[in-house]
Amino acid sequence: MKRILFSLFALLAANVAQADLRVFATVPEWGALAREIGGDKVQVYSATNAFQDPHRIEAKPSLLAQARQAGLVVAVGADLEIGWLPLVLRDSGNAAIQPGRPGYFEAAAQVNRLDIPAVVDRAHGDVHAAGNPHIHLDPRNVLKVAEKLVARMAELDAANATAYQAGHAAFASKWQAAMARWEKEAAPLKGLPVLVHHQSFAYLSHWLGLKELGSLEPKPGIEPSSGQLSALLAQQQRQPARLVLRTAYQQEGPSQWIAGKTGMPAVLLPYTVGGTPEAKDLFGLFDDTIQRLLKGAR
Amino acid sequence: MQKRFAMAAMLAASFGAHAADNSELAAIRAQIDDMKRAYEQRIAALEQKLSQAEAKSAVAPAPVVAAPAAAERRPAAASSASGFNPEVSLILQGQYKNMKDVAERGITGFWPAGGHDHGEGAVEGINKRGFSLNHTELVLAANIDPYWRGQAIIATLDGTAEVEEAWFQSLGLGHGIGLKGGRFRSGIGYLNEQHPHMWDFADAPLMYQAMFGTHGSYAQDGVQFKWLAPTETFVEFGAEIGRGANFPGTDRNKNGSGAAAVFAHVGGEVGVSNSWRAGVSYLTTRAKSRTAHFAGTVDDEVEGLFDGRSQSYIADFVWKWAPNGNPKYQNFKLQTEYFQRREKGDLTCATPDDAGAAVACDGLLSAYRTRQSGWYAQGVYQFTPHWRAGLRYEQLDSGVRDFGDNAAYLLVDSYRPKKASAMIDYSWSEFSRVRLQYAQDKSMLGITDNQVTVQYIMSLGAHGAHKF
Repeated sequence: MKRILFSLFALLAANVAQADLRVFATVPEWGALAREIGGDKVQVYSATNAFQDPHRIEAKPSLLAQARQAGLVVAVGADLEIGWLPLVLRDSGNAAIQPGRPGYFEAAAQVNRLDIPAVVDRAHGDVHAAGNPHIHLDPRNVLKVAEKLVARMAELDAANATAYQAGHAAFASKWQAAMARWEKEAAPLKGLPVLVHHQSFAYLSHWLGLKELGSLEPKPGIEPSSGQLSALLAQQQRQPARLVLRTAYQQEGPSQWIAGKTGMPAVLLPYTVGGTPEAKDLFGLFDDTIQRLLKGAR
Repeated sequence: MQKRFAMAAMLAASFGAHAADNSELAAIRAQIDDMKRAYEQRIAALEQKLSQAEAKSAVAPAPVVAAPAAAERRPAAASSASGFNPEVSLILQGQYKNMKDVAERGITGFWPAGGHDHGEGAVEGINKRGFSLNHTELVLAANIDPYWRGQAIIATLDGTAEVEEAWFQSLGLGHGIGLKGGRFRSGIGYLNEQHPHMWDFADAPLMYQAMFGTHGSYAQDGVQFKWLAPTETFVEFGAEIGRGANFPGTDRNKNGSGAAAVFAHVGGEVGVSNSWRAGVSYLTTRAKSRTAHFAGTVDDEVEGLFDGRSQSYIADFVWKWAPNGNPKYQNFKLQTEYFQRREKGDLTCATPDDAGAAVACDGLLSAYRTRQSGWYAQGVYQFTPHWRAGLRYEQLDSGVRDFGDNAAYLLVDSYRPKKASAMIDYSWSEFSRVRLQYAQDKSMLGITDNQVTVQYIMSLGAHGAHKF
């Protein structure tokens, strides 16, 4: 019966929905999630790779050409892409992906965000009024986003709704199992004091219980200065950190400097899918992140 | 989802009721009853779970680490009208400039856009000596409703406030179509749409100053239509019509349009590290009694009035490189544009207002035909997150200037203006920049002007998004 109803509904929707949903993801992690859910029913384009700072890329012609044809934009939101995405959306001539339409999806809006500033003032650096946008490094957030994303994908492409729901169900159960494994593996990391290049790992630290003692950037988005680095060095005497963390798209110089001065390892974490050879997909991303943390903390 | 299916089923059932025979109807009813029962069971199960959970949490108060208070999603900003405030940003820009004191500053061999080669109407080109404030730009922008977006840019300077741009843009037309109306910077060329705070050098290239005068860009009141092709390669076409009141045209109290422009852009990526855009543009407009002062052969100074058609062709090319496509630490930008302008019509000789007696050629009407060109090329390299350095070279060609019978009375210079500039700038953040520029300007016949400019650009307020 359900199948009959479904095909009836699909028939109604067939006129509006295309066979394939074209997804324009601003960052690799949400592109990977759309692929997990959609499988071969979606065509995913990622606007950035793991070696690009998603806050600092430009509204390139190639992005406009892709946005023009997209059926769904999966953005991080929370102002992360504010320097280029609004322009790409407006100039794309694509009505379906404008904010407020079903074709525009913001991952950060689906979860509780950390670091929401009490005062929004650029004297504190490039602060995001909506809070820290790097939400995906808490796997519980990935699960929440997946749940909302599958609903959106099914709404936009009703013909493939069952496939998406099946893809999501398979992903969610696999993810929950993996989360249990990761939490077990990462248990020794609880309370581990670390330094970070930028607040890229706030959600990872929140999830695993890492203690972030400071960041190499004096203020978010302001490049590490010698003043800040020597202050961290002084702090190291009183309150020693064990690791200094950075993403694949951040310069290695400052963390190598701190590492050289203090003897603690500078650890590159994949941060997103593709950031290291091991981080081939979302599962690989977390597997490798935890392995690298454990190795560094040894 | 299932609920929606059920609704659809009910709808379908009600529509089909007349046609369907009784057995089918009964079957559907039975199925709906089945679903209802299934739902009731599930709801009951959920309720049971909920009550269990509540009981549990009452016993053991949340052992899970609660998210810090700051993590709570805030309720939407206070529900007052202020929630609808537009994005506001303000650009502060000023400079110190060291250069020669030239009475008649302009570009030799080119029609002075301001009408006058000197004084207030001269090619401004940000040409005050010493300390000065450039335009202070106030930008207001917001979505008007789901279908339109609006933006206004007000430039203020000492007692004047000028509406630089004020337009609305479509959001919801789809099919790759973009519609813009109001006063806007034309989509021709590459640099034309960019405001001075986005320039990589302290002044506009000579080419833009010669083409469009004081602002170094062409803006008009009108409408713009753009279409982005549904292809993997970026292909965009645009057309504009408008009032055409600005140089090289003039305001001509008439119905219909005063200027038209068309442009086409293509662009894409080469590997992950390179992206590019190339374009061609065409602008046509007309001038009526477009006035300029010329040095005369008989009299010292004569006035010339041009009536006729002005056509401009522009080709532009931009190439950007960044390692791995991440421009934050290092990037390089190569930008070059070429233009050709053809003007055809009549030139009338007249006596300047401040002249003592009528000039020799007063009232003489002759043919007027010009064909002029120019280009610039610049490269800017950001070698650390804070520092950028750039070089620019530019050259114009006064080309063909046929003044007909008036050529006997007007001094017709043939000249190739040249300018070379080098700049280095420092940015504390995305929002603040200071720049040092050195330029050797040979845009005026017989004068080599070595210019040093120190400039600051600060933007406060909403985080702007910049075009490629």
